Amino acid sequence: MSLLEFVNRMLGKESTSSKNIAKERLRLVLVHDRASISPQMLNKLKEDLIKVISNYMDIDEDSMEVNLSQDDREVALVANIPVMKMKRDYSTKG
Amino acid sequence: MGEVIVVTSGKGGVGKTTTSANLGTGLAVAGHKVVLVDTDIGLRNLDVVMGLENRIVYDIVDVTSGNCRLRQALIKDKRFENLFLLPAAQTKDKNAVTPEQMRELSAELKQEFDYAIIDCPAGIEQGFKNAIAGADRAVVVTTPEMSAVRDADRIIGLLEAAELSNPKLIINRIRPQMVKRGDMMDMADILDILAIELLGVVPEDESIIISTNKGEPAVMDHNAKAGEAYRRITRRIRGEQVALMNLDVPEGLMDKLRKLVGLR
Repeated sequence: MSLLEFVNRMLGKESTSSKNIAKERLRLVLVHDRASISPQMLNKLKEDLIKVISNYMDIDEDSMEVNLSQDDREVALVANIPVMKMKRDYSTKG
Repeated sequence: MGEVIVVTSGKGGVGKTTTSANLGTGLAVAGHKVVLVDTDIGLRNLDVVMGLENRIVYDIVDVTSGNCRLRQALIKDKRFENLFLLPAAQTKDKNAVTPEQMRELSAELKQEFDYAIIDCPAGIEQGFKNAIAGADRAVVVTTPEMSAVRDADRIIGLLEAAELSNPKLIINRIRPQMVKRGDMMDMADILDILAIELLGVVPEDESIIISTNKGEPAVMDHNAKAGEAYRRITRRIRGEQVALMNLDVPEGLMDKLRKLVGLR
């Protein structure tokens, strides 16, 4: 136990306690377990999404976020994709 | 018509067999006619925990394959007239029994007994599928460790997929001191993560090892904390409303210091 941890515990703060670390890690791991999707697969999904969306608009790939979020026993795929520029109407092209 | 309850966990070593032995014995003490079924083929242990290892003649595979009649394979407990054990086979493999055979066996046991407690093997393969095949309800055992809780979550998903909905949770081996200093997940943390109903909490207790050494389930030991926990769980299984055990630890030096400086 480091000195900081010790002082925190003396003060009754729990933020550094290992159970909170366990809880947070579990929460994350279970989101993936329950959706039966691996981080690798999520990355691939992200790449595919970029490919498809890029046909229609320019997006900020670096700040794009694709995550699984969990609510009780439900899991949702939440994507936050900043749009930089719309492309011209696709159907009128060529 | 009796009821078949499967005790499962996913991860090994969290206390499935101990829980099965104590639930079964507890229900027998309460006057029910009970059979304990060990489905951990190849790694049987319920016989040892019950102290009945020297009486085995036939096993579950002999029954399902028609080598003997159910009655011949059942071992009567030393202490209770109304408690029986159907031991697992030690020399065969898990595929020696099929889910269909387990369903038939469960149906037969329900005719004879008030409760059949099925001790499930660790894992999610054939042995697990067999153990849950004929069950009416499921109990999931976990400890407050990440790996056990994670596996419990997987098991809950598989039970629900197999239409054994509303499994109940037993949190085993809680160490109140560690919970208190924030180094072990407590009941609320685990329930929050797994989102299922609680059947009971069992504190870590040396008397479990001692009772296993002797082959006498802790539920019979009125001085053991874990025994008290299992007695309460048994009553809940019978449908009674029983308060949770008080697992608070006495105030330590730290708390007194904190109070003194007015931090709490």
